[in-house]
Amino acid sequence: MNRRAAALLLALGALLVALPHVAGSYALSVATLILYFAYTGQAWNVMMGFAGQLSLGHSIYVGVGAYAAGALFFHYGIGPWAGLWLAIALSVLIGLVIGFLAFRFGISGVYFALLTIAFAEFTRIGFDHLDWLGGPGGMFLKVAQRDQIDLANFRGPPIMYYYAMLALSAAALALCAWLLRSRAGYYWRAIREDEEAAQALGINTFRWKMLAVTISSAMTAISGVFFAFYYNNLFPEQIFNIGRSIEIILGPVIGGVGTLFGPILGAAVLTLLSDGITEALAAFGWEIPGIKQVLYGLVLLAAIMFMPHGIWPALARRIGVDR
Amino acid sequence: MSAALEVRGVSKSFRGLRAVHDAWIDVPQGAIVGLIGPNGAGKTTIFNMVAGVYAADAGEIVFRGRRIDGLRPDQVCAAGIGRTFQLVKPFAGLSVLDNVTVGALHRAPNVSAAKKHAAEIVERLGLGAKREQPASSLTLPDRKRLEVARALATRPELLLLDEVMAGLRPTECDQMVEAFREINRAEGLTIMLIEHVMRAVMALAQRIVVLHHGEVIARGAPGEVVRDPAVLGCYLGEETEV
Ligand SMILES: Nc1ncnc2c1ncn2[C@@H]1O[C@H](COP(=O)(O)OP(=O)(O)O)[C@@H](O)[C@H]1O
Ligand SMILES: [Mg+2]
Repeated sequence: MNRRAAALLLALGALLVALPHVAGSYALSVATLILYFAYTGQAWNVMMGFAGQLSLGHSIYVGVGAYAAGALFFHYGIGPWAGLWLAIALSVLIGLVIGFLAFRFGISGVYFALLTIAFAEFTRIGFDHLDWLGGPGGMFLKVAQRDQIDLANFRGPPIMYYYAMLALSAAALALCAWLLRSRAGYYWRAIREDEEAAQALGINTFRWKMLAVTISSAMTAISGVFFAFYYNNLFPEQIFNIGRSIEIILGPVIGGVGTLFGPILGAAVLTLLSDGITEALAAFGWEIPGIKQVLYGLVLLAAIMFMPHGIWPALARRIGVDR
Repeated sequence: MSAALEVRGVSKSFRGLRAVHDAWIDVPQGAIVGLIGPNGAGKTTIFNMVAGVYAADAGEIVFRGRRIDGLRPDQVCAAGIGRTFQLVKPFAGLSVLDNVTVGALHRAPNVSAAKKHAAEIVERLGLGAKREQPASSLTLPDRKRLEVARALATRPELLLLDEVMAGLRPTECDQMVEAFREINRAEGLTIMLIEHVMRAVMALAQRIVVLHHGEVIARGAPGEVVRDPAVLGCYLGEETEV
């Protein structure tokens, strides 16, 4: 990282730490959402951006993580700090099953992506039939007082959730930066670029792909735990929805797949864009059904056409920092 | 001389097409052996069987006294065999140095040691000025050099080179020949090379094996092989670059 990049990152960090003290409650909820997608996008990026394994079913890890920690709290009053470990363990287990099936039997590329979608869909259907978890009617966590911070049960005012998500995003950035510079980072990128050549250089591609899945699913499970305790209601139809998986990957795709900062920038751009369009439409008084989605889609299309590698690589070059 | 690599009666068919049939090849420890023959003779297929990409239909492959047929490509690399690909396979999005660092990591204890080793090899193969460029920006001859650099970085005892001189100018070809000779002499690296550029084969190889329609039709010292009527008939008579 060069000097300028370090300075910019520090400035951004300071800004984000100070934000709750200047922003209103609406802005704070938008910022929390951005950080949520920044974090989850980084988790997905480990698998696809670094190791080249396209998952279109990441909602499965969010959902399983959310339900695991949520159920412990709902049924036994066990707080998320313990639930987190169950969430991670179950998500990683599912990731390893998917990875084992795919990588042992040579399922790759789009077929791998299809397998990830299939797993998420099956899980959604399965959860619809799990009455213990509320089935299609959903599971609702008891909302505590919002004015006092109860860290043990992760209950408190919006500012607590904001800082939690900020800490997670920053930790994910540090972890990803370290991973990319490590042996794993070199091996993953080699596998991403050309798996046969990677194997010829002595890389046990099965093992390293499984590691990428493990880290990515574990990180995403934490998103799920956050989701459960932030929104307090979980529905299989929503949380395992393929739309949710797409939502997760849009940030990194628009920001720059495989880059460190792309998922963060992408999350910010997309969330602000979506909000901006809503407000602009309201301001102009346009009420055409679907117009928001059309405009959103057009902007995405333009971004991908003009910056096929994402916004971050293009921006990084312009402001003179490394990618 | 003991054999480093022994290919014993190996055969391989692709959907009924006989690519290699009952091939026997010995590569002595520390030697440089050339494998020549017309296009489609089965040369690359033999490399792919040695490297663990294809399983042989019949026969055995022994490296330093141990059977390696049945191993995966990464296990073959770990056993001490490095290989290049005829159709080059650079890690296109990575820099030249990072490409070679991936190879160097195979034996290096950590990333910084690997980078250091990789930098030396990049320099040795004349890619020093381009080390920070993405591999996708390299010309074909440079990509071939990168193939060699990456394979060498794994510190192999046997190096399999598949047409790495193709497209090089004569002076560049001579430089590469010199580099291989030097590594062979200084480090005792055993080399088996597939090559159409006879200038390089004649300069490097102590022994040559000629393959035609998947079968070995001649073997021996370079001087003898190029005068062999069978070899002249099927191969050297026609499309040879000298
Ligand atoms: N993966 C493959 N699938 C089908 N046929 C193949 C495959 N690899 C090689 N062949 C065929 O095997 C024969 C030998 O090919 P190859 O070993 O590449 O020859 P060479 O390297 O001597 O030019 C050719 O007829 C080629 O078409
Ligand atoms: Mg060939």
